[in-house]
Amino acid sequence: MQDQSTNKIAQPNIKLSAKDVHVAYSGRPALHGVDLLVRSNLVTALIGPSGCGKTTFLRCLNRMNDLISGCEVKGEILLDGDDIYGKGVSVEVLRRRVGMVFQKPNPFPKSIFDNVAYGPRIHGLAENDEHLEEIVRKSLRRAGLLDEVADRLQEPGTGLSGGQQQRLCIARAIAISPELILMDEPCSALDPIATARIEELIDELKERYTIVIVTHSMQQAARVSDRTAFFHLGDLVEEGETETIFTSPSDERTESYITGRIG
Amino acid sequence: MTKSASQNDKANGQSGGLSQSALPGLKARYSAEKRFQNIGIAAIVASLAFLAFLLVSIGYKGHGAFFSAQVQISVEKTWLEDTGYFKGEGDSFSLIRKAVVENLPEVNGRSARRDAYGLVGVDAESQLNTWATENHALMGERAAIWLQASDDVDSWIKAGQEPGSAKLSDRQIAWLQTLDVNGQIKTSFNFGFLTNGDSRDPERAGVGGALMGSIFTLIVCLLLSFGIGVMAAIYLEEFAPQNRWTSFLEVNINNLASVPSIIYGLLGLAVLLGVFGMPRSSALAGGTVLALMTLPTIIIAARVSLKSVPPSIREAAFGLGASRVESVFHHVVPLALPGMLTGTILGMARALGETAPLLMIGMVAFIADVPSSFLDPASALPVQVYLWADSPERAFAEKTAGAIIVLLVFLVLMNLAAILLRRKFERRW
Repeated sequence: MQDQSTNKIAQPNIKLSAKDVHVAYSGRPALHGVDLLVRSNLVTALIGPSGCGKTTFLRCLNRMNDLISGCEVKGEILLDGDDIYGKGVSVEVLRRRVGMVFQKPNPFPKSIFDNVAYGPRIHGLAENDEHLEEIVRKSLRRAGLLDEVADRLQEPGTGLSGGQQQRLCIARAIAISPELILMDEPCSALDPIATARIEELIDELKERYTIVIVTHSMQQAARVSDRTAFFHLGDLVEEGETETIFTSPSDERTESYITGRIG
Repeated sequence: MTKSASQNDKANGQSGGLSQSALPGLKARYSAEKRFQNIGIAAIVASLAFLAFLLVSIGYKGHGAFFSAQVQISVEKTWLEDTGYFKGEGDSFSLIRKAVVENLPEVNGRSARRDAYGLVGVDAESQLNTWATENHALMGERAAIWLQASDDVDSWIKAGQEPGSAKLSDRQIAWLQTLDVNGQIKTSFNFGFLTNGDSRDPERAGVGGALMGSIFTLIVCLLLSFGIGVMAAIYLEEFAPQNRWTSFLEVNINNLASVPSIIYGLLGLAVLLGVFGMPRSSALAGGTVLALMTLPTIIIAARVSLKSVPPSIREAAFGLGASRVESVFHHVVPLALPGMLTGTILGMARALGETAPLLMIGMVAFIADVPSSFLDPASALPVQVYLWADSPERAFAEKTAGAIIVLLVFLVLMNLAAILLRRKFERRW
């Protein structure tokens, strides 16, 4: 595992670069000058105590902060070199390339099939009904859910257990073939067994997708991520290989958080 | 210095144990709760009692309106020959008079004849005429047909043949009793009550005109108020920016919901009839006025149900790259639909029973024809009830109650339809 990640870091592909990102909610600053590089096909974890700005930063990456009135974002965020806040940028296209999985599973109150098919339908990704069915099944398989629901795709998505619902949300997100998947504490509402399944899944998914995951659990960050960024009170304090951050952090604040003195 | 746990408890005012006596104020709290519960039950029982009283008294007074009395007359072929039916020039006036006189014993003199003619209803002549025209060639020597009885006979029979219950002379009563014994009087279901328009003659008067008028008016009202109201609510809730202008709008919409309905009638009179020149007393004008009145209610109910859709659904849609319009119409509106339909039921129920605004735009007039389009002059069920309640003729009292029954049935059917629709769209999340 370590060799693989070393190889990848040696020839880094930068999926997304954030430069000097400032975010304020109705004048109150939440993020101060964040610079971060997200590398392709790796899992980057954002950790830090509550209210440190990690979710705020995550939501900038697919412009979900646009939905919050009074939220101002300054700075430059480039996805494969394209400025996501540039003029003429279609937010719908951005969100197709950057998918999101939320903290509390939120499947649509439709059938399992329609949940996963919604994205491909609105973006016109399927040529015909057979193609759509293929996309849905493939996404469910990649999310590790197909075996459990193959015979009941027409049943409501809300009838599944918490862990299954979250995997459904992941299937829904990958059905539109995003390049980058953002996960906002995806396991915090789930039991340990479901959490373990999803962490396994994240490990499989990073072969195809780049993943940025916000987590309040340091142990989870240590388990799933290749790189870790530590946020504190709106600043990005330190970023680097996960192993390094957890064993020999360079900043004092990082060390305090890791050892449990703060947070 | 250490005390035992129970000693500590006693020092703090707790006497231990789990029974009611452990907390001194508990009995009073329990009886307050019991009192509240009993008041609630009493309120429900009282309202059910009032409802039962309403339904029973209206049903008792009005059920007779759905039945009408008929008398059986035998007709001889020779009479039809004599009155020209075989030559194609049927004289219905002479025929009905001949038939009545010949069927009753001892009709001598003008007052006797007047009494005899007074037994059959205003439509009897045309009923006999229709029958004779169609059947004169086919009939045998004699035939017996049922004709409409007059409204006085109708009232007398429905009052159980009680003396003094209708304006009938002793001679007429004697005839009627004979006819009754011979089985020549019956009451049958009066379809005309539901299909006929209004009339000065109680035998002919029906709610058909008012019913069609109400139906047309409500269709116009529903389309306008639901269409505009839901769209306005969606815009205000999902798309409009939150600023002073939209707050001002919201305050005004809330206030408009409580404006007296007759003001909307005046608005309709001035603007719809005066400026837009809609046909006076038409279902179109009436429906538009009622729609204006119902709009605030529907907008408020629709906004509330839109607000109740959890934001996580919208976020999920946006996260997938849906536009705002797609997110609203694919996800939010279907979830809010049951609440919107409930608001619409309330609005429509109020609109069905509103009379004041309709009076202002001219639907108070006596309209005898059943309207066949949205532009024909029409009446409405509550207006019809009002007109008939005002009438001095005794027979109209029953028809008023009958019209109220029709109004209530219409209301129940409307609510049922809306409840079924709502259940169809209900989703659980």
